[in-house]
Amino acid sequence: MSRQSNRTTDSKKMNSELFTLTYGALVTQLCKDYENDEEVNKQLDKMVMVRLCFHSFPLLPRGYNIGVRLIEDFLARSSVGRCQDFRETADVIAKVAFKMYLGVTPSVTNWSPAGDEFSLILESNPLADFVELPDNHSTLVYSNLLCGALRGALEMVQMAVDVKFAQDTLRGDGVTEIRMKFIKRIEENLPAGDE
Amino acid sequence: MAHEAPFQLLHSELIHYICKTADGADSENGRSVTKLENMGFRVGQGLIERLTKDTARFKDELDVMKFICKDFWTCVFKKQIDNLRTNHQGIYVLQDNKFLLLSHMSAGKQYLEHAPKYLAFTCGLVRGALSNMGVKSIVTAEVSVMPACKFQVMIQKL
Repeated sequence: MSRQSNRTTDSKKMNSELFTLTYGALVTQLCKDYENDEEVNKQLDKMVMVRLCFHSFPLLPRGYNIGVRLIEDFLARSSVGRCQDFRETADVIAKVAFKMYLGVTPSVTNWSPAGDEFSLILESNPLADFVELPDNHSTLVYSNLLCGALRGALEMVQMAVDVKFAQDTLRGDGVTEIRMKFIKRIEENLPAGDE
Repeated sequence: MAHEAPFQLLHSELIHYICKTADGADSENGRSVTKLENMGFRVGQGLIERLTKDTARFKDELDVMKFICKDFWTCVFKKQIDNLRTNHQGIYVLQDNKFLLLSHMSAGKQYLEHAPKYLAFTCGLVRGALSNMGVKSIVTAEVSVMPACKFQVMIQKL
């Protein structure tokens, strides 16, 4: 029993490592399944795209994907209300959502003059903790899942947003930068005959 | 604080992807389960390396299994294994009465036919973890009523 004491481990940290490693296994599998990186990027992104169809909304299949489900979890847990503008959205994403789910707080910078575009700068990317990209995968956007998750989650709160990686430390850039551009507000379509 | 929700969602997305891309007719179920199991194996190997880096050497096989039931399970699934049984001849049965990856699906027999997909990755996790602790094994899982499940570990003698 004396040994038991030195066996304490930080379970929160382990859990994020589990996530990182599992994600790595998924990317590895995708790289095996698809010939080129472009296709892998697309698959990673799609994994979280919304099969959006407001008319059949209540009938959506069980297979909701990550962003769509995560937004529900997020709203339920965080008691964040509706955002008034895109700046507030940016703050919530960086300071609340990223912190809650990935344990990091990216900084929000590079606002466009119109206020419809900004960048998230990640000092460290938990998805890519133990990762090195081999030379033959130079076009792989390793953490592309994040883009899909952000887009999917925001679509569920009526915002169409374009998300992509502008810089990535895995590919030799100084920082990891996710660029987000507001496209439009999605109008709520009520099902026919349901006013 | 890193949360368990992303892992759960990633896990179900993983299953969704693997099972959808499995080529139609040829015993797709078996093959996608194997694929998931192999992915789990690799993850288990990585995890146990990080987890055991400061632990003392294990006395014997039973000590290794206890480590899996307590520390490993707590790290991955936030709880300990509820019951560990063995015949002292290399077979261990690990029972989890409320398995995390099944607990959001059902509490009964509904969706029982989908359960194997949701256990394959974990079987791999355990096998990978054991393998990196020098124990070669075969791990299978069975469910009769969700969300309880039993993992059977058969140690392969060298």
